[in-house]
Amino acid sequence: MEEHLYGDDTMSDTDLAAVERRALDELAAARDSAAAAAWRTRYLGKKGEVTQLLRGLGALPADRRKQAGQAANRLRALLQEAFDQRRALLEASSLASSAAIDVTLPARPRRQGHLHPITLTLREIERAFRDMGFAVVEGPQVEWDEYNFERLRIPADHPARDMWDTLWIDYERDGHYPMLLRTHTSPMQIRYIERRPPPIRVIVPGTCYRYEATDATHEWMLTQVEGLVIDEGISFAHLKGTLEAFVHRLFGPDVEARFRCDYFPFVEPGAEVAIRWRDRRWIELLGAGMVHPEILDAAGYDSERYTGFAFGIGVERTAMLRYGIDDIRYFYDNALGFLEQF
Amino acid sequence: MKLSLRWLAEYVDLRLSPEELAHRLTMTGVEVEAIEEITGDWDHIVAGRVQALIPHPNADRLHLATVDVGAGEPFTVVCGAPNIAVGQIVAFAHEGARLVDARSGSLRVLKRSNIRGVESAGMVCSDRELGISDEHEGIKVLSAAVGVGTPLAAAIGDTIFDFSLTPNRPDLFSALGIAREVAALTAGSVREPERGHTAGELPPEEGVSVTIEAPDLCMRYVATLVRGVTVAPSPPWLQARIEASGSRPINNVVDITNYVMLEFGQPLHAFDFDKLRGGRIVVRRARANEGINLIDGSEHALCTDDLVIADAGDAVAVAGVMGDAFSEVSDDTGSVLLESATFNGPSIRRTAAALKLRTEASTRFEKGLTPELALEASRRATRLLVEICGGTAVGVIDAYPQPRNPASITLTHERLARVLGSELLPEQVVTPLEALGFTVDRLPDGYAVTAPYWRSDVRIADDVVEEVARIVGYDRLPSAPLQGAIPDPDPQPLRDTVTRVRDAFAAAGLVETINYSLVSVDAIASVQPPATITDHLPLAVRNPMSEERNVLRTTLRPGLLDSFATNRRRQRRAIALFEVGRVFHPRPDDLPHERTFALALLGGMEAKASVHKGNGFAAALDFFDAKAIAQSVAAALRLVFTYETAEDPALDTGRAARVLVDGSAIGCIGQVAPGVAARFGIEEPIYLIELDIDALTEVIAARGPLEFTPPSRFPAVVEDLAVLVDEAVPAADVERLIARSRLVERVELFDLYRGASVPAGKKSLAFSIDYRAPDRTLTDNDVAKARKGVVKQLERELGAAIRDA
Repeated sequence: MEEHLYGDDTMSDTDLAAVERRALDELAAARDSAAAAAWRTRYLGKKGEVTQLLRGLGALPADRRKQAGQAANRLRALLQEAFDQRRALLEASSLASSAAIDVTLPARPRRQGHLHPITLTLREIERAFRDMGFAVVEGPQVEWDEYNFERLRIPADHPARDMWDTLWIDYERDGHYPMLLRTHTSPMQIRYIERRPPPIRVIVPGTCYRYEATDATHEWMLTQVEGLVIDEGISFAHLKGTLEAFVHRLFGPDVEARFRCDYFPFVEPGAEVAIRWRDRRWIELLGAGMVHPEILDAAGYDSERYTGFAFGIGVERTAMLRYGIDDIRYFYDNALGFLEQF
Repeated sequence: MKLSLRWLAEYVDLRLSPEELAHRLTMTGVEVEAIEEITGDWDHIVAGRVQALIPHPNADRLHLATVDVGAGEPFTVVCGAPNIAVGQIVAFAHEGARLVDARSGSLRVLKRSNIRGVESAGMVCSDRELGISDEHEGIKVLSAAVGVGTPLAAAIGDTIFDFSLTPNRPDLFSALGIAREVAALTAGSVREPERGHTAGELPPEEGVSVTIEAPDLCMRYVATLVRGVTVAPSPPWLQARIEASGSRPINNVVDITNYVMLEFGQPLHAFDFDKLRGGRIVVRRARANEGINLIDGSEHALCTDDLVIADAGDAVAVAGVMGDAFSEVSDDTGSVLLESATFNGPSIRRTAAALKLRTEASTRFEKGLTPELALEASRRATRLLVEICGGTAVGVIDAYPQPRNPASITLTHERLARVLGSELLPEQVVTPLEALGFTVDRLPDGYAVTAPYWRSDVRIADDVVEEVARIVGYDRLPSAPLQGAIPDPDPQPLRDTVTRVRDAFAAAGLVETINYSLVSVDAIASVQPPATITDHLPLAVRNPMSEERNVLRTTLRPGLLDSFATNRRRQRRAIALFEVGRVFHPRPDDLPHERTFALALLGGMEAKASVHKGNGFAAALDFFDAKAIAQSVAAALRLVFTYETAEDPALDTGRAARVLVDGSAIGCIGQVAPGVAARFGIEEPIYLIELDIDALTEVIAARGPLEFTPPSRFPAVVEDLAVLVDEAVPAADVERLIARSRLVERVELFDLYRGASVPAGKKSLAFSIDYRAPDRTLTDNDVAKARKGVVKQLERELGAAIRDA
């Protein structure tokens, strides 16, 4: 072939096109810089094919020499440009210095961290309410009976106390045991209105405790998010609108929320919110209601002027629904097989 | 509370299916938690009357019962039940009926059989055989009202609602209360049970008196004397009602008091009048240590907070809880004094709790009943005592010191709209209220509402708003997005630190755990010397659920060590866990100081081999892995942590450090002392990082916002410097000293060397140093001067020598 090209005086455009095709094919097959350099030597080097070809032009008759010279020079320029591009590409990629890699090999090992599903769920809940202008604060987990019960209209010996089985602190004062592990985050309703005047728009996430035997749906340690909104002109319609927005944010825009009457001593009217979940059953999600006017009056706010609503969301329940967790005991068992899924 | 729909239907028409009715009730706050069907595979089983009963000729304990089933000849069957009697209406199974085998519990088809020489063509059935309950002591006796030949399904098939009721509605703990709700929901009306019998005032010559000495605890006491009663078993319909509510029939008098309680929600008590000394009823506080023997056989010593019913001598009942054994109605009782009273709810609740006797009566009284109800229930029970027990109502003493006037509540249109956020039409307000028994008068600006006598829970306008809203249906009320001013921000720097620390630990490859806040003293003692615990006792729980969890944690350490150990039993890989949570430090006569800590634990073999060579992974996690994690946290907080040797009771001496920021201690890091780890069953070296989040938050606040310095555009000169120092000199001291030089931008220790060419007791530290100026390119001369200064300082302050490269 080579002989044919520069040894024969019948070199034609067709021959040059064949050289071009072959050279470009070979260049594309060069997978690294070394291969590219070898190619360059082969075609464009001092003894390279195209160089030899140009040198061979002298042997041609003068009338053809000019035309053939132009064609060969064009080929040379074209190949030089192709080489430059190829070399730039090979240098840009690591193909320049080593062989291709098996991209399916495992990553270099590195410990993967995980946040607890309760943390993740709390963050989503917080984000949903922050976006609606809520502040996020916390309160003490060890509380006075006064805040956990009495100021929430649940005096001693009130039958509503049965709704919260209590773990009491072994601290006696005047024949009473006034300290307890808070049974809900609601005491922060009182603490917050003591601290700040309306308008109030706040949620309070936190750990609560109940004297309760543990099974698949009950834990004695649990997480709640309390909510409190107080301002002029706040109505049950806002309670519904806010909690619907929350449900849609956490569970999806098509999930139905159902409001029914329920009783909590510190709200009137009281409500329970359930959502219709995947198996189409209604699942209770949270308790809510309009802040009882006596609570506002006791805090020194005119209950004729200010109204508000409050709610308490079960975080474990929310996480169980969202992630399809069927046993509440997973949360505080801390098995890596559970935690590493989140 | 369980309620039979068959019974409910006596008071109100049930126009909805049980499922629809349960749903509607639940939506209005009367939650039906479960629906039970009383039904069975009852083909070929009918109601029959026992016509005759003769002993089985060949068996002592068996009878031959002749049962009339309406059509055709009566059947004679063998029956062994002790309670069978002539005249009873019973469940009679024909051949071919499918019955539950009393022994195996499986269904079998009844066949003609020969029992001890007598042909038996059918069977009189027990509850168990009918598949209703496990009761197999005797046969099922049906109500006398059931017609002979009625298929069993028509006679006793029923649906039971199991209610989960709220404590504000004592009126709902009764059939009548539920019936009123159903009526209001379905535009029906309630058929009130017959009271009818109104006994007059008790004539003085009967010598009966009622004295309320504690009017604060007893608002009303209605005593009705019924003479000439015959105490006997109740009629079957009454027994059936009592059984359906989960109680056992006792006798007709007691069953009537229980029945009226189930019907009206008012607990009643019947005394054997002849046992009441002096014919007197005194409602008073118990004397200190006054003793009483109750009907259930229990003995109690009372205190002066307890309310009792006494006769001329001693207490004969703990008010609202239970009567005593002495004055109990027995088979010999001829005269009954019926008590229907209104007691103070909290007082009854306190006493019942103290005596650990929560009875059907006390759980109703504690919720607060109305005085009007006492009279209504008393009249109903009196009628039944006369009808069923054949008594004569002699008269009533109604002690009601301060009759209450039903309060009128004003509900304005404005308030209704303010609370609900929507206007309601007058009929939307008036119709549900009236259906619930309220009286409603229209006012120019709203309504004057009076609650019916049975509702003790409706006191203020917003209570009425709820009544309207729940019957209209919460789902039909409008909903609106929040509006109005967003309150001023309420920054929570501690929460911000917690979030950043959590993220940093997770980003560094640790897994977050949440451990219980309650631990045992022993667990705390495992991580700190017992003496330090006795000095600062953790807060104890008065009623712990277990001895393992009876104090509030003062440290996160035992909880996380437990989690580490638990996971180690489950897997062999390296484990790296953390927790951010509260600990509780007691303060005298105050709530504990709740402090937030972060704790991380790591240990074990990291991925032991990899296809990637030279990945630099240590075989086992060690102190410097822990330190790397701490440094990640520091970087995430834009802080510089420094470390100095320190001691900690839970950490291995010589492998523990205090962590500081700007000179303030904010935590510690080190290897957990092997003895401590072993107490948790951990046999490998593990490392701990503990950060005081409150302290961290303070140093972050003290620093203020981060300040920018323009990066230098001039090149750095990089040099190595090998320093020879005593073994005891901490590397960080050398590094700090080098960094002090103005032109030194960065110092990095890259080699630590002991051995040949290094004298004993010394070590060689090799640093890579970047010199750079913000405003110019450094000359060789600049660098040489800076280096000279550094070397001089090292020699003078640390006795260091420079090793020639």
